[in-house]
Amino acid sequence: MSDVASTLGPIPLARPASTALARRRPRLRNAAAYGLVGPAFVLMLLMLLGPLAGVIALSFTDYQLGAPSFAWIGLVNYQEMVADKVFWISLTNTLTYVVIVVPGAVGLGLGVALLIQSGAGLRGFYRTVYFLPVMATLIAMAIVWEFMLHPQFGLVNGLLRSVGLPAHSWLQDRDTALLSLCVIGIWQALGFNMVLFLAGLVSIPKSLYDAAEIDGAGSAWSRFRLVTWPLLGPVTVFVVVITGIRSFQVFDTVHVLTKGGPSKSTDVLIHTMYMEGFEFFRSGYAAALTVVFLVFVLALTLVKARLAARQVHTS
Amino acid sequence: MITSIKPNPWAMLRHAVLLCGALVVLTPFIWMISTASKPPSEIYSSDVHLIPHHFALWENLREAFAKADLGLFLLNGLIVTVSIFVLQLLIALPAAYALAKLRFVGRKTLFALVLFGILIPPQATAIPVFLLLHQIGALDSYAALVLPFTISVFGIFLMRQFFMTVPDDLIDAARMDGISEFGIVWRVMLPTALPAVTAFGIFSVVAHWNDYFWPLIVLNSQQFYTPPLAVAHFRNAEAGTNYGPLMAAALVIITPLVIAFLLAQRRFIEGITFTGLK
Repeated sequence: MSDVASTLGPIPLARPASTALARRRPRLRNAAAYGLVGPAFVLMLLMLLGPLAGVIALSFTDYQLGAPSFAWIGLVNYQEMVADKVFWISLTNTLTYVVIVVPGAVGLGLGVALLIQSGAGLRGFYRTVYFLPVMATLIAMAIVWEFMLHPQFGLVNGLLRSVGLPAHSWLQDRDTALLSLCVIGIWQALGFNMVLFLAGLVSIPKSLYDAAEIDGAGSAWSRFRLVTWPLLGPVTVFVVVITGIRSFQVFDTVHVLTKGGPSKSTDVLIHTMYMEGFEFFRSGYAAALTVVFLVFVLALTLVKARLAARQVHTS
Repeated sequence: MITSIKPNPWAMLRHAVLLCGALVVLTPFIWMISTASKPPSEIYSSDVHLIPHHFALWENLREAFAKADLGLFLLNGLIVTVSIFVLQLLIALPAAYALAKLRFVGRKTLFALVLFGILIPPQATAIPVFLLLHQIGALDSYAALVLPFTISVFGIFLMRQFFMTVPDDLIDAARMDGISEFGIVWRVMLPTALPAVTAFGIFSVVAHWNDYFWPLIVLNSQQFYTPPLAVAHFRNAEAGTNYGPLMAAALVIITPLVIAFLLAQRRFIEGITFTGLK
């Protein structure tokens, strides 16, 4: 296609003719533009922007699915939420999950990427292996993890017993259930982060390492501290925020493995929202929970935008 | 000469650490295949062994296919993911072209809305979209699985960015040949955008093949189950008593994407990361 463009470019007659033609039909083109964006615009209103406005509006009503009518009740849903212990447990669990999975998945992703990039052998093989969990259907793999964590016949307890350690009911114990879900979350996310870090590492010019070495940065650690880490800054911010947003959305593993139990120890925001909205059909209250979730996710996105802007200024 | 033969200690350490990590990452896959190949007597034993004494993969697969209509669920997954992707393209490509190459009143506003739309997580709109589908009687159908995802603002954004790089001369030449604006989208822009379309397609198919949240909300009837819903249902129905066939079912569900990934790794990694940056 660039061939076509380059052959067309130098022909002096072709350009004025085409621009004249283009000038003659701007109105026609304008109409065509609306025809082209029309379906996307309508669907965007119907499936995205309308529902977004809808969920905020719903959060101020007492609407329940199937109810003949509803009333505006102001902040009652939010007041009920703040007074509800389950909401606070669910919010705390979500934040705990985020606080464990983000450093775990980002740190391991960075570590694996650095190790892969530090040598030449088997790069493709390692990248494929670590990326595999990102591809595999999480629900199917969650069920495999459940069996691996089985109190009696699971691999994890089998290995523990073989080295003389006591077995444990990982998903059935309220002290370890959330932690087990975090491990699954890290296992699934680290390959994705690894690939982002690898892309960042490849883009660092080799001349900078040479310059650092000339300036006396002889050890691998000082090269990392002086060149790699500062230049990976923007990528790292990005990876942290992406992992944070994805961790806030945790639902699949919770719903299929623990249903928020035992005794609410793994209940998370989206799971609470799902139960209220689609099991008990309290749409208004579930909408209020959604708004809280949305505030957290959008706040993270804003942090990312702010940090990205500052990175541009300092560099 | 001697130094080149002497093993490099750093390279050995690198491989040792990476191989250990790889083993941990692969363990669930290995254990899934191992369990799917064991008869019940070996699964329900506290003796941990990897290689089954009696190879029972075929029995477990047969039981999985007999208990759950896995063929239908895989077909559903294919129907839903392909429909979503085709509709996404039909709707996003013309819009992306207009946003990139045509001047019209409201273009900036529309593009701002697209950028804003990218920030909205899918869970946020679930309740109103569910109520809408309920209102028009479309719940529990293929339409319920496909319709909400026909609009991909991220797809529009991605294609628009790509189309910005296409030279205007190419489009003017097409206009001189008498091709309509709509024709330009499909006959000029689409062929130039194939790499971006492929990347977006991989992202879209992987995301919707693996999606659990939305099918769980809108479906009741088993006949529409997508693979993740099917395997979760299988697990609940067997109530943790029948791990051999369950692991065989899980294996069947993940196999299509994993094989596709292994065949075209570079494209998959590219597609998922480059488009997954939303």
